[in-house]
Amino acid sequence: MTEQRTLPGAAGLVGSRLPREAARRHARGGGRFVDDIAFARLAHVAFVRSPYAHARITGIETAAARALPGVLAVVTGEDLKPLCHPWVGVLNHFPGLKSAPQYPLAIDAARWNGEPVVAVVAESRALAEDGADLVEVSYEPLPPVLDLDAAQAPGAPVVHPDLEDNLAFALELDTGGVEAVFAEAALVVEDEFRFGRHTALTLEPRSLVADFDPALRQLTVHHATQTPFQMQDVYARHLGLEEADVRVVAPDVGGSFGMKLHVYGEEMATCALSVLLGRPVKFVADRLESFQTDIHARDHRVRARMAVSEEGEILAMDVVDETGIGPYSVYPRTSAVEGNQAIRLMGGPYRMPAYRGRLKVVFQNKTPMCQYRAVGHPVACAVTEGLVDKAAARLGLDPLEMRRRNVVTQDMYPHRSPTGYMFERLSHEECAARIEQMMGYARLRDEQAELRARGIHRGIGFATFIEITNPGPAFYGVGGARISAQDGCVMKMEPSGQIRVDVSVTEQGQGTETIMAQIAATHLGVPLSDVRVYTGDTRSSPYGGATWASRGAGVGGPTVMKTAQALRDNILDVAATILQARPEELALRDGCIVDAAGSVRMDLAELGRIAYFRPDTLPADYHPELTVARHYVPQGYPFAFTNGIQASHLEVDTETGLVRLLDHWVVEDCGTVINPLLVDEQVRGGVVQGLGAALFEEVLYNSEGALTTATMADYLAPMAGEMPDIHVGHVVTPTLTSPLGAKGVGEAGTAAAPAAVMNAINDALSPFGAELRQMPFTPERILAALGKI
Amino acid sequence: MDSLFPLTLRLNGQQVRHEVTQRTTLAEFLRQTAGLTATHIGCEHGVCGACTVMVDGRIVRGCLMFALQAEGAEVTTLEGLAQDAAMQALQKRFHEHNALQCGFCTSGMLITARALLEDNPRPSRDQVREHLSGNYCRCTGYQAIVEATLGAAGDIEEGAA
Repeated sequence: MTEQRTLPGAAGLVGSRLPREAARRHARGGGRFVDDIAFARLAHVAFVRSPYAHARITGIETAAARALPGVLAVVTGEDLKPLCHPWVGVLNHFPGLKSAPQYPLAIDAARWNGEPVVAVVAESRALAEDGADLVEVSYEPLPPVLDLDAAQAPGAPVVHPDLEDNLAFALELDTGGVEAVFAEAALVVEDEFRFGRHTALTLEPRSLVADFDPALRQLTVHHATQTPFQMQDVYARHLGLEEADVRVVAPDVGGSFGMKLHVYGEEMATCALSVLLGRPVKFVADRLESFQTDIHARDHRVRARMAVSEEGEILAMDVVDETGIGPYSVYPRTSAVEGNQAIRLMGGPYRMPAYRGRLKVVFQNKTPMCQYRAVGHPVACAVTEGLVDKAAARLGLDPLEMRRRNVVTQDMYPHRSPTGYMFERLSHEECAARIEQMMGYARLRDEQAELRARGIHRGIGFATFIEITNPGPAFYGVGGARISAQDGCVMKMEPSGQIRVDVSVTEQGQGTETIMAQIAATHLGVPLSDVRVYTGDTRSSPYGGATWASRGAGVGGPTVMKTAQALRDNILDVAATILQARPEELALRDGCIVDAAGSVRMDLAELGRIAYFRPDTLPADYHPELTVARHYVPQGYPFAFTNGIQASHLEVDTETGLVRLLDHWVVEDCGTVINPLLVDEQVRGGVVQGLGAALFEEVLYNSEGALTTATMADYLAPMAGEMPDIHVGHVVTPTLTSPLGAKGVGEAGTAAAPAAVMNAINDALSPFGAELRQMPFTPERILAALGKI
Repeated sequence: MDSLFPLTLRLNGQQVRHEVTQRTTLAEFLRQTAGLTATHIGCEHGVCGACTVMVDGRIVRGCLMFALQAEGAEVTTLEGLAQDAAMQALQKRFHEHNALQCGFCTSGMLITARALLEDNPRPSRDQVREHLSGNYCRCTGYQAIVEATLGAAGDIEEGAA
C-alpha cells in the first residue's frame, strides 16, 4: 500500500492541524440545535413518570388535565397502542438474549423510577407540565429488583413475569484447559472489581420535534441523533409509515457519546403524538428526565483471576462478569453488547494463551443500560490492567516491564486473541517505549521515592489498551438489526467549480465535516475552502450507518475518498474533451486543470461554465457527469482494532482521601491521523470522561430503587479545575484494510483512563497495603481502604 | 393560561419591551421571546453554565433568574458581544485551538472567560482552570479551552500595548 494517492497541489491536507469551520460558527453563537428551530403551531409534550421503581398501574385519571386551558391531549400507553408497535431489544447473534415488548408509555406496570406513563401535550412546555401535575396515576407498588445478587436469587421477584427469571443473557467463552493452567501456575492473582453506573450527560439533552403532515402521511423528525437512517427505519416500521415518507434530520447535536442512538419511549411517543394531532410536537428532556431516562452505562461486578509464570508471563485469565441492564434490553442494539465486549476484550493486549470468560446480564428495576462511549472497554481494561499490576508487584517487576514481557509483539501479526478477536497489526511495544520517554518515567519514579520519604504519596499507573473501531456488518447487521454497515457519499461539482459533499456519516462535534472536506479536497485536488460538506439529513444524504463506535473517519473517510477519486476522473474527462487532450495527460491541482508540464490549462469555474451552460460546444452525445455517488463497506476484518497505552500521575492526600491528578499521558495508534488537532482533543475528551468514571461519576439509587443522583450537583462530572494536562502522542500503523489507513479514535481515551488512575492510586497507597477496586474512587472509599473510616 | 406581564430592559445595547409570564426564566425569555439562541439551556438548575449571560456587567445563570427580575437591567448575550474586542480575541482562539466540539457549552464558556480576562488580564493556567470550573464541557478535555483563553489574554494584551 505504498501507492501515492495525494495529488501534489493538495498534498498535506490529510495530516494537517486544520481547525473546523463549525467551531468558528459555534463560537459566534451560531449553533442550530433542535430547540433553536422555530415552528408554527408547535405543541409541547411533558410526561407523567413513575415515582416507583416497580409498580402495577391500577388507574389513570386524566380529566382534570384535559380540562386545563392550553392542554391539547392527554394520552396513556393504551391510547398509543394503535399508533405505535412495541419493540423488543433482541438480536439473533446473541442467542438466548431475551427481553419484553416495550411500549412508548408504560402499560399495566412501571419498571423503573422515571419510566414515562402518561403524555400531556399543550401549547407550551410549562402548560404541559401543569397538565402532567393534574394527572393522577394509582399504583400498587411491587418489590423492586435492584441488586445483582438479589436479582439472581432463587425466588427473587421478577421484572417481567412472562420471562420467568431476571437473567436476560448469559455467555461463556472458554479456550479449554484453564483450570489446569491455574493449578500449575507459579502465581495466581485475583480480585473483585466494581464499576458504578454512569451516564453520558450530554450538555444538550435529548431533543426532537416530530412534524407529521396528515395530507401526505409524511413525518419529518428534527432529532438530536447520531443515527438518522436507523431512526428513519425505526419510525417508519413502528409507526406504520412508508420508509420513503419518513425524513429524519439531525441539526447540530450537542454531544452524544453513544447515548443518542437508542430508541426511547419519549421519542416514539412524541412522533406518535404528532401523527395523532397532525401538528409539530416537541420534546426536550429536562435534566431530571435525562438522569432518569438517558441510557445508563457500566454497572458491572467482575470477579477475575490471572495465572502468571515465575518470569511474569501471563498464562490465563478466568473472569466472571455480572452486569445489570435495567428492565429492558434496549432497542435496536440490545443491552448484551457491553457485557459481550467486556468479556471478549479481557487480556486483549497480551499473549495470553488460555482464557475463560463468563457473562451474566440481569434485569433490574433501574434505568435501562446500553451502549455508551467505549462500550465494555473500561471494564475489560481495568480488570486486566489491575491484575497485571498486582502480579507485577508480587513478582517484584516494574509494571511497564511486566507489560513489555506480555504484549503481542510485531512478529505475531495478524494475531487472534483467545476470545476470537483478530488484530491486523498493533504497536504495543512502540507505544510503551514512546510513553516511557514522553513522561520521563525513570525521573518520576525517583521523584516518587523522594517524596514518599517526606510523606507525600504520589502514584504512577499504566494501562495498555485495545479499542474496537470501524465496525462492519458483524456488529449488528448479522444479528438482524437494520443498521447500515456501509456508508455513502454524493459529490457534486457546482458550476462555480466548488464542491458539495453529502455524506452519510454524521457530526456531533468530532469534526466529521472537516475531515471529510480534507479528504475530498486532497483526492480531488481542490482548495479546502472550495469544499462544503453536509451530513445528517436522510432526504439529501445517501444511505449509511452514520457515526458511532468510532466509525466516522474510518468508514466515512474511504467513502469520501472513493467518491472524490471518481469525481476527479469525471472532471478530467470533461477537461480532456474541452481541451482536446487525453485525460491521463491532465491533472487537477489546487482547483485548476494542469497538463503534464504543470501548466494551468483552465480552472474549474471555466470547466463548470462550459459543462453546465454551454454543453453545445462539446462533441455530440457527450454528457458531462459532474455528480457521482459511491459507497464503501469496511473490508477484511470485523473491526479495525487500535491500541495504545495511558499513564496517570497523581497524588493522594491520605488525610482527606482526595486525589489530585498531576499529569496524564496517552500514546495511541489510530493509523493514519487525518487531523491531529481534532484527534488530540478527541482523545483528551475521552480521557476526561474516563477520569470522571474513575473519580466522580456514579448514578445512585436508594433501597426502594429511587434515583438519588438526580441533579448535576449530585452526579459529579469533571470540570476544568480538577483535570490535568493530558499529553497525547501517536504511533502510526495505517490499517491496510482501508485505502485511507485510518482507524477510529473516539473510545481510546475513555477505555483506559479509569484503569490508569486505579493503578496510580494503588501505586500511591502501596506503602499502606491499601487497594481499591471499586469505581469511582471517592475520598470515602479511599479513606475506608486506608482504614481511616 | 399564564398571564403576561410587561418587561422593559436594555438587551444587547437596545431598549426593548416584551411581555412574559411570571415563571419565564431569563434564559427562556432570551431564547423564546427575543430569539437569541446563542444562550443554551443545559440543566435549568444553575450548575452546567451553558446559559451564562451578563446582567449589569456581571455573569449570571440565565436559568436561575426570572425574566421579570431583569426589569430595567442591562442584559448582554453572546450575540451582543459580536463587536467586543476581548470576545473577538477569545472567539478567534477558540476556533484555532478547537476549544469546542459540539458547541453547546461554548457561549457560556466564552462569556465566563471574557469576565475572567476583564478582572484578571494575565491569569495563570491554574487560574483559568479554576475560573472556568463553573462551566461544564463534556466533549473536550478542557485543555484546548484553557489554552485558547490564555492565548486570547496574550492577544488582548498585545492589542492594548
